[in-house]
Amino acid sequence: MTAPLVEVLGISRTYRMRSGLFGRAASVHAVDGLSFGIAKGETLGIVGESGSGKSTTGRMALGLESPDQGSVRFDGAPIATLGSSAWRAQRARMQMIFQDPLGALDRRLSVADQIREPLDIHKIGTAAERDDRVHELLQSVDLNDSHGRRYPGALSGGQRQRIVLARALATRPDFLVCDEPVSALDVSIQAQVVNLLIDLQARLGLTMLFISHDLRVVRQISRKVAVMYLGRIVEYGDADDLFARPQHPYTQALVSASPAPGRRSTNRIVLTGDPPNPAARPSGCAFHPRCRHATARCAAEVPQLVALDDQRQVACHLTTGARPKTQDAA
Amino acid sequence: MTPLVSISDLKVAFDGTHVLHGIDLDISKGEAVGLVGESGSGKSVTWLAALGLLPAKAKVAGSVQLEGRELLGASGAVLDSVRGRRVAMIFQDPASALNPVLTIRRQLCESLALHRGLRGEAARIEALRLLDLVGIPDAPRRLSAYPHEFSGGQVQRIMIAMALAGQPDLLIADEPTTALDATIQAQILDLLSAIRREFNMAMVLISHDLGVVAENCDRVCVMYAGRIVERAPASRLFDDPWHPYAQGLIGALPPLDGVRRRLQAIPGTVPDPRALPSGCAFAPRCSFAGDGCHAGVPPLAPFEPDRAVACLRPQRVPVGLAAE
Amino acid sequence: MLRYFAIRLSRALLTIALVVTFAFIVLRLSGDPALMIMGPEAPPEVIAAFRKAWGLDHPIWVQYLDYFKAIGQGELGRSMRDGRPAIQLVLERIPATLALTIPAFLMKVLLGIPAGIYAALHRGSAIDRAVMITAVAGFTVPSFVLALLLVLIFAVQLGWLPSGGQDSWRHAILPIVTLGFGGAAVLARFTRSAMLEILGQPYIRTASAKGVPWRRVITDHALPNAAIPTVTILGFMVGSLIAGAVVVESVFSWPGVGRLLVVAVANRDLAVVQCILLLVAMTMVTSNLIVDFLYGLLDPRLRSKGAEA
Repeated sequence: MTAPLVEVLGISRTYRMRSGLFGRAASVHAVDGLSFGIAKGETLGIVGESGSGKSTTGRMALGLESPDQGSVRFDGAPIATLGSSAWRAQRARMQMIFQDPLGALDRRLSVADQIREPLDIHKIGTAAERDDRVHELLQSVDLNDSHGRRYPGALSGGQRQRIVLARALATRPDFLVCDEPVSALDVSIQAQVVNLLIDLQARLGLTMLFISHDLRVVRQISRKVAVMYLGRIVEYGDADDLFARPQHPYTQALVSASPAPGRRSTNRIVLTGDPPNPAARPSGCAFHPRCRHATARCAAEVPQLVALDDQRQVACHLTTGARPKTQDAA
Repeated sequence: MTPLVSISDLKVAFDGTHVLHGIDLDISKGEAVGLVGESGSGKSVTWLAALGLLPAKAKVAGSVQLEGRELLGASGAVLDSVRGRRVAMIFQDPASALNPVLTIRRQLCESLALHRGLRGEAARIEALRLLDLVGIPDAPRRLSAYPHEFSGGQVQRIMIAMALAGQPDLLIADEPTTALDATIQAQILDLLSAIRREFNMAMVLISHDLGVVAENCDRVCVMYAGRIVERAPASRLFDDPWHPYAQGLIGALPPLDGVRRRLQAIPGTVPDPRALPSGCAFAPRCSFAGDGCHAGVPPLAPFEPDRAVACLRPQRVPVGLAAE
Repeated sequence: MLRYFAIRLSRALLTIALVVTFAFIVLRLSGDPALMIMGPEAPPEVIAAFRKAWGLDHPIWVQYLDYFKAIGQGELGRSMRDGRPAIQLVLERIPATLALTIPAFLMKVLLGIPAGIYAALHRGSAIDRAVMITAVAGFTVPSFVLALLLVLIFAVQLGWLPSGGQDSWRHAILPIVTLGFGGAAVLARFTRSAMLEILGQPYIRTASAKGVPWRRVITDHALPNAAIPTVTILGFMVGSLIAGAVVVESVFSWPGVGRLLVVAVANRDLAVVQCILLLVAMTMVTSNLIVDFLYGLLDPRLRSKGAEA
């Protein structure tokens, strides 16, 4: 086991949110006491639905947002404060890509200029070297110089996401956070970008945090997976194993809800109840109102993330430690 | 048995650009048919055109018959008596699909008045029953609420209730779960199949998600660039796709279990409808394409009684990619 | 809810105070009322006496404080020309102005909104293009040009209507048409674009897919939504009922508030100018408050936010 490149220690983030024009401000716990580490060259996938806090986690891991509590360490040192010169230096080693490539690109600049921009900002190499690097980056995302001369509007969605990726790679980062990078793409194009990400990671030894609601894409790309529900990790483990043998009732429902060609919906777990609302977090285990196994303890006590074996961690009273079912019956 | 809806040679063009190149599709009473394809394949346009819901600038040709009655070019009155009453439609983005300034009651009762002649208290009782049927809790109180006061999944349930108000024979569900979270998507799909069974209603499920269609439909049509390229029973299509594009779509889908394999990405991109390749529109991306494929558009040819494929070189040897 | 209105009200008062302050400073920097009213040939003693009588000999900030103190006591000052209370002078003129602006407002609404709706529903048709060309003409041609044009045609050439004055209802027609035409043009364009945007919304397609006849899709689904943005423009028009006719009143020599303002500015009759500006600011702010209230009435998304408090 190598030391983790990125280490997140008990981070929390609370937003003050006003419910409407006249509403009283309420605290929304977007992320609540989250810890994880990503080893160098590895990919951690974060899976969760809307309101799970997965995007907030990604921004905090990158230092784009400061946690209210806890800390983030990068390469053994605490992450620098946002906007400081140390942060800018660190920033070149960490990059982020988002779901909407068109929003991330400037429509009035040729895409080659935009790939070049981070090199100019961080003053990397001479002008000629920068030109070479842009050419090289375009090739590394399977595009060529003629694509580079175009504007974002003249490229397809998949090509734009490649450009965003090339730009993110310009400063040779060690750590890449991808927030739903392929969710807006059609299936056939999605596969191209997923393959490209996997290839680039292997070639460049990138460490990645891959955030998505799509279990399939996450499994394809990640070594480890964390499943989030209302700001907490409810299950963590090896990607293949976790999706093959989900332990947390929420993960079980998620896996079962993922439609599969060639399978008829015979024994799908369909959750009842409303989708999770971060502004009205249930007591105890946040999942208990939708959980068909929930007991009185689940409503009262927050389950901690504990190791089930050396592969898996689960935050559920029913799967860890003593069997609460028998306790409750007693 | 005559089909419920029979579409033949349906063509649509916007400003001279053809986006639908002759669709033939029959829907029988009570069956569930899936339309799969990527954006721009024409799966939604097919049904918007069939129900006369496209903007006036769209040029529509061909024939759409509902139990023998022609709908294309029919008068507004005829279409209004079909829409919602015989054929209902629900859409992708539930948040914007309901009128934001009208209460749920008003929008539900509007359908009940139009199609069932219910008014006042009778309409209210029926509206409550429908909301209850689609699983909206606390319906009497929620009846006077506005769309923004419901979550995305609940709004889609209300949309389904509205669609059921006219007791239609066919429900067109256009990407009904795309905007929803996975666990909510499962709830909505469950509801749709329960309702379909209960009312013996036919359904067309339009989706980009192969899994969604596979699990919820009897037959599936795969669309590409404004044409149906393969038509087959759902189970057989996913076990053994014949059209290279259908194979590509299935190969591009990451598996959720079993051995991790490299995804079989389809190279290139969907062609621009303004500059379609001559011949088969998929040929430039197809690894099996030969000279003949670029020469002319292959017709959708039946190979077996319930299967048809529009390909000169259909790959009828099972590839084993789909097995998940 | 109460807090919300308290905030809105204090903002409104602040707006009024800023308008009045701005007017106060600009008027005092741009010319000496004593010289304007007494004339340049008046002996220095007379000028000095005039200044003393009106408090113009104090430093400007003292004048400013005195002015606000007076407003606080409901005293809006007297006209420097004839010594009558400024508010009385202004109130006398308001009926004449309203006699122009209210019919003009009705003309804007009754002509502009239906034209905009019709154009949107028949987008690209000959009538749509005609409406839009007229509308563009309506708000690019300055009102004094339009006024002179109308006078040339209907008063000079055809001799059907008088070119100025206030003797009969016939005298009001040209000023009303001048005022109404530009506003109707703005409203038509605005209503058209609001309608076009609404007609492209998914819920309009939903309504059609439900089998709602097209006419009722328009009346029951599109219009209530299109009303929301249109109310903003209407509010602005209501706000200009009192002071929206300055140019037109001058051209047609119509003795309303607008002409009073022009004369008072020319004479640096400070109290009268400030009184009019205060009144204008108040109508503007009030109509804005009404618009906000109407928003809540028309748009349940805003209303329920209020109900949560």
